[in-house]
Amino acid sequence: MKLELSKVVQGCRLGLLTAIEQTAQHSLDVPGCLLFTHCATVPHLTQDTLHTLSNLPAVTQVTLNCLAEHHEVLEEFKEGVRKFAGLHDTALYCSLHDSATTNPAGHITNKTVSVWGSGGRMELTVAKFMALQAAIKPDFYQSMADGETWQANTSRKRVRKAVDRTLAHLDECLILHQKTQELKQAKIFGVVEGGDILEERVRSARETAKRPVAGFVLDGFQSAAMEQDLRSQLITAVTAELPQEKPRLLQGVGRPDEVIACVEVGVDLFEGFFPFQVTERGCALCFDCTVTTDPETAVLESNEERPVVEEPKENGDSCPENMTRFEMNLNDKRYREDLRPLVEGCSCYCCKNHTRAYIHHLLVTNELLAGVLLMLHNTAHYLRFFRALREALANDRLQDFKRRVLQ
Amino acid sequence: MAAVESGTCEGPAGMSAVKRLSHAAPLALRILAECPVSKARACVLTLPHGPVNTPVFMPVGTQGTMKGITVEQLEELGCQICLGNTYHLGMRPGPELIEKASGLHGFMNWRRNLLTDSGGFQMVSLVELSEVTEEGVMFRSPYDGKEILLTPEQSITIQNSLGSDIMMQLDDVVSSTVTGPRVEEAMHRSVRWLDRCIAANKNPDRQNLFAIIQGGLNADLRKACLDEMTKRDVPGFAVGGLSGGEEKDDFWKMVTLSTDHLPRGKPRYLMGVGYAVDLVVCVALGCDMFDCVFPTRTARFGSALVPWGSLQIKQKQYAKDFQPIDPDCQCATCKRHSRAYLHALFKSDTAAMHHITIHNISYQVLTKLISRIFSCFSLYRCFYCSCCLYFLL
Repeated sequence: MKLELSKVVQGCRLGLLTAIEQTAQHSLDVPGCLLFTHCATVPHLTQDTLHTLSNLPAVTQVTLNCLAEHHEVLEEFKEGVRKFAGLHDTALYCSLHDSATTNPAGHITNKTVSVWGSGGRMELTVAKFMALQAAIKPDFYQSMADGETWQANTSRKRVRKAVDRTLAHLDECLILHQKTQELKQAKIFGVVEGGDILEERVRSARETAKRPVAGFVLDGFQSAAMEQDLRSQLITAVTAELPQEKPRLLQGVGRPDEVIACVEVGVDLFEGFFPFQVTERGCALCFDCTVTTDPETAVLESNEERPVVEEPKENGDSCPENMTRFEMNLNDKRYREDLRPLVEGCSCYCCKNHTRAYIHHLLVTNELLAGVLLMLHNTAHYLRFFRALREALANDRLQDFKRRVLQ
Repeated sequence: MAAVESGTCEGPAGMSAVKRLSHAAPLALRILAECPVSKARACVLTLPHGPVNTPVFMPVGTQGTMKGITVEQLEELGCQICLGNTYHLGMRPGPELIEKASGLHGFMNWRRNLLTDSGGFQMVSLVELSEVTEEGVMFRSPYDGKEILLTPEQSITIQNSLGSDIMMQLDDVVSSTVTGPRVEEAMHRSVRWLDRCIAANKNPDRQNLFAIIQGGLNADLRKACLDEMTKRDVPGFAVGGLSGGEEKDDFWKMVTLSTDHLPRGKPRYLMGVGYAVDLVVCVALGCDMFDCVFPTRTARFGSALVPWGSLQIKQKQYAKDFQPIDPDCQCATCKRHSRAYLHALFKSDTAAMHHITIHNISYQVLTKLISRIFSCFSLYRCFYCSCCLYFLL
């Protein structure tokens, strides 16, 4: 696995992650996001509907939350999750938890972590964790970690324990990784913990960097848990300790403004759960993510056709919980007779074929197609955001881009 | 065979040429082959939004959507006509909005054919029935509790706004398990309501109004209804009031009686049927069109239809079953996914339902049943023989 950086501007890294698998066929643009799935399926989508989207991320993410309960089946199947799921040609990353759901705290021990599947809680030792990875056969995966420091007022002692445990788990994982035939081609990412305590973050980063890992997962920075200012401060300190040539994947952060801020402090990769969360509340991403190439053409381009931002702030009916300012609420009565596409100029299947009124109708009548169409649009819009972010970085237009996204 | 058939002419090899019905009806039925043993026939039904090969199974997209399947997927499954539901769509989002969106075709962006029912059946099956009078059906809206009167005229007005290619008359629907004078009353009223529907149709040049033969399980009443309704110049006929819990022997008798007395040159639509075995038998009895919620509804419960029955994918026995639902099936689901994966996916995501829905629609509409019999049929010109071949192989 190789990270080729083409440019570093104001702390932002632009480049390509290559040789993700042994066959070296997939490469992932940086900064970029992964393709979020439930059990190797993008929520609501079959392969046919998924592939109406172009330029999908080269890496698909699966989680142990979903897969742990299928361990026996995967072991009998022998050929890994990619084949089991009938996935398209893609690289595979396996994380511990699913950032779109909050798991109950308090079950973690010195030797185990817990995941929650459809049948309830399952406890994993390092041995079990690694056996699962062997059955799943990802291209890269995070080592087992204690990230349960996101609750408010986690004590310093608890944070220190999380760092210690995570390092111990990493060392054990590395040993087992070497011994596991099925993981010969796979790579391990070390996990940086440390809660909201600067010294612990630095310690965790420094120690993890000493291990022979292919990259780093930044954990415990979940959106709900931390203000962006603190997050930026901590990540700055963390990335200072990490080697430049290895990728940094940040878990639990997906909101566009937070993504940009984290890219500015040296994050390369993000999970792709945000479009799913937006979909589940019946909303559609609509924020401006266009890039202008220079100030003069910006004026000219303002007259051209491009995605038009809907005024998302005022919504008549009560807003869904956690709704952000980057989206519009299709449940709202105001869209009942609106025959325009979700976002003017968007080329996704939903916007090319359907109207806001239709989506509103599907939500009102609790129809399954609402989830399908919104997932398609939200994924397309989110991927476009990342593409535009990379373009902005390449053309030194980051500040302008930031202003548009945040307006 | 009774009925007024105008403009019949015999073409080469005993096949009938295109029969045009009344000058205004936007429907043409071309009979490609007729079985010498049974009453089965293979036709091409031409409607405003394209041709439909019959026998045809029409999946039901109640609220202007086929339950999690995009219109593109539906088209790729070979579906040429599907159903929308006047009662549901009339409530939400309402005919005015749909008309504004260029009809139901425009609203859901389906470019092939649509058939809408009248709303009558839902009133029997779903809603607290207040009263049926000569005027119409009075019922209580489930959304705001208000009393609504659905008359034949209003049903047609809504269906005119929906712009469906085939509209169904409002009939006085009575369950097939009901006996006595109510059945006769309903039959006669349905005839009178048919006339009111015909008069109310604003778009006879682009929307076909089908009559619905009633009469319950009473042969005399059925025959009387057939005699009356076939006097009206409608482009097609449906057989109604069956598939509602009656005995199979009674059911089939009424179906064959109906097709005996319906004109050969007009399509016959058997409403609410159904299960694979019933489809095969009713094709042999001379029916052309079928609809049923069963394949799409059962898919959402994890039940996958196969020629030898059905698989309950959520059951433990499929957890490690790495073959597809049907190894012979060419649908997108079977080409890519195993029973084991679908079993696992049902615990995490709604997409599992979509996969089974696609398979079940493929099974009913195209791949297994009708189409394979149909291809044998075209070859052997004998539906009876094709069925034998199909079930033996």
